[in-house]
Amino acid sequence: MSIQFNKETFRDDYSFHNSERAIKRFPFPFHEDSYMYAVNMEQHQGGPKDSVYEMRFDVDEHYVAEMQDRAQVLADDPLRCQSLPHMTLAGWDLLELIMVSKSEDYPEFFELQRDGLYWRWINKPLGIDDSFTFLDESTLPYGPMEYICRQTQGDFCVLDQRDEMLWMDAGMVTTQADWSLDFDIGMNFFEWHAPVPLAHEMGIFKRALKFLLNIQQGTPARRLNWTMTVNPLLDTSPENYHKWGIQKTSLTPENIGGKQFLRVELQTFFRLPRSNALVFPIRCYLIAFEDIVSVPKWGRRLHRVIRDLPVELATYKGFIDNRPMMLDYLSEYDDGLPTSPGVWPELDTEPSLQAV
Amino acid sequence: MSKFQFPESIKSRPVYGTLEPRGDVAYLLVADAEGAEAIYDLATAGAHVARNAHIIYLPNETGDKYTGMLQALNPAQLYIGPSYEAALSRIQRVLSNARMGLQVCLSGTEGLMGKALIEVSAAGIPHSAVQFEHSGSVARRMQCVHCKGITENVSTDPFVCSHCGLNLFVRDHYSRRLAAFQGVCIDAEDPGNVPDPVELYS
Ligand code: HEM
Repeated sequence: MSIQFNKETFRDDYSFHNSERAIKRFPFPFHEDSYMYAVNMEQHQGGPKDSVYEMRFDVDEHYVAEMQDRAQVLADDPLRCQSLPHMTLAGWDLLELIMVSKSEDYPEFFELQRDGLYWRWINKPLGIDDSFTFLDESTLPYGPMEYICRQTQGDFCVLDQRDEMLWMDAGMVTTQADWSLDFDIGMNFFEWHAPVPLAHEMGIFKRALKFLLNIQQGTPARRLNWTMTVNPLLDTSPENYHKWGIQKTSLTPENIGGKQFLRVELQTFFRLPRSNALVFPIRCYLIAFEDIVSVPKWGRRLHRVIRDLPVELATYKGFIDNRPMMLDYLSEYDDGLPTSPGVWPELDTEPSLQAV
Repeated sequence: MSKFQFPESIKSRPVYGTLEPRGDVAYLLVADAEGAEAIYDLATAGAHVARNAHIIYLPNETGDKYTGMLQALNPAQLYIGPSYEAALSRIQRVLSNARMGLQVCLSGTEGLMGKALIEVSAAGIPHSAVQFEHSGSVARRMQCVHCKGITENVSTDPFVCSHCGLNLFVRDHYSRRLAAFQGVCIDAEDPGNVPDPVELYS
């Protein structure tokens, strides 16, 4: 498989776009016509061919542009990447996991040569060819976590595990759904989840933590989470909210199809070998409403999910004010026909849209 | 003395108890303003506390209202200082010499307790050896999520960031590492529409 990397931006003129392929493989997060928080976790051992679940770290057409955007965010605010002093070994673990996975899964793009501790890493899409000594920080231009995360799509939280608890002690966070690494670093699992409504009372976080503490090396897990973003803006950080918040008010019935994006996070969980830390990559996928509704099943379903979503969730996810306009738009793509179970587009079997 | 009961809140928000005497061991007591009352109650509940205690007290706006009371306890060491910043190196020095079993008691405003806890944790004191009692002002130490500046003693919501000047609302989300609550721009989606400030918990 060969990928054409898009020339595109996630800011200013927002030239981000999804190809036909990217639309068809979009990780649509709703397996039924309604949504509520759940302990929605499964094994991460591949998936259907060419789906975003196939590889350990999915590389897609947005790779190069996303890495350019990340470099800009870090230049503007270095606090988006932090690692408490005891987390350096976990950073090396992560670097190894990603280099090994990517060079095996995408040999046409990435190459890893290892001679004992002497490693050579070639990243063709980004034009990188570095030789370094594994576990020797002085041989890389950044710390190991920062080095590899500048070359990998998605945010990364690296969690230390101690006292039967996970602690957010390191991370690279530039494509987040409105939470601050700088504020949350050092917190435990319950503390950083504190702002989430309903889920604590439902016992979700207690059960999720239990599951995570038991994840073993070689058996990673995954789940999806989602929210809404106006414009294909990756950096919806609280740090910059005073700059981007106003964009939420720029939606109109005319522009909503191209301007309102469903934002889906493919979250995975890997145990790291030397440090016993857990790494939590959060990969963000964006899709415009007009592209979602090009898949009839997804258009029908998204309308029903957004219509029936509890107010607490729509408020927390930040689109309560825009929900009526979203529903006006989406209702045009819901003819009331039943939808088949599961997340896949089913383009061949699902009926096309009937006159609404 | 009537104590303020904080309403139930989210899980990152600290909760405080009542200082209680423990064994006949060394005590480090750090307090500001009305926090002196918690020390007084502690020393009254456990006659052995005062003679084992190093008290670091910052009266702030209460002036000498409580200082005589603390002197009358006749503690092993009593320091009355003009500000937390002034007392900081002393606190660090005492903690660097801490023996196993040292009990740390923090009382007064949330800002004082939070800042002192940073030092206590850095010194490796187990959290089971640290107690808290809130007394006095409910004002908060706030981090502006935008410019990262800290504004001390915030008593209204919203408030103006003392560094960047943005109008911020007061969240309950709390970082122990920063000893601060989070402040977020209140008029980002409707510039200029800033509600009148309301006293916290009023
Ligand atoms: C250890 C890995 C994890 C990390 C680092 C993490 C981190 C976060 C963060 C930073 C937030 C935003 C909180 C805020 O508003 O400030 C969040 C939200 C959330 N997390 Fe996690 N999380 C993890 C695992 C999980 C798991 C296993 C679940 C399983 C149920 C989960 C469920 C949720 C939910 C439901 C939300 C609210 C999302 C929304 O409505 O948009 N998290 N998480």
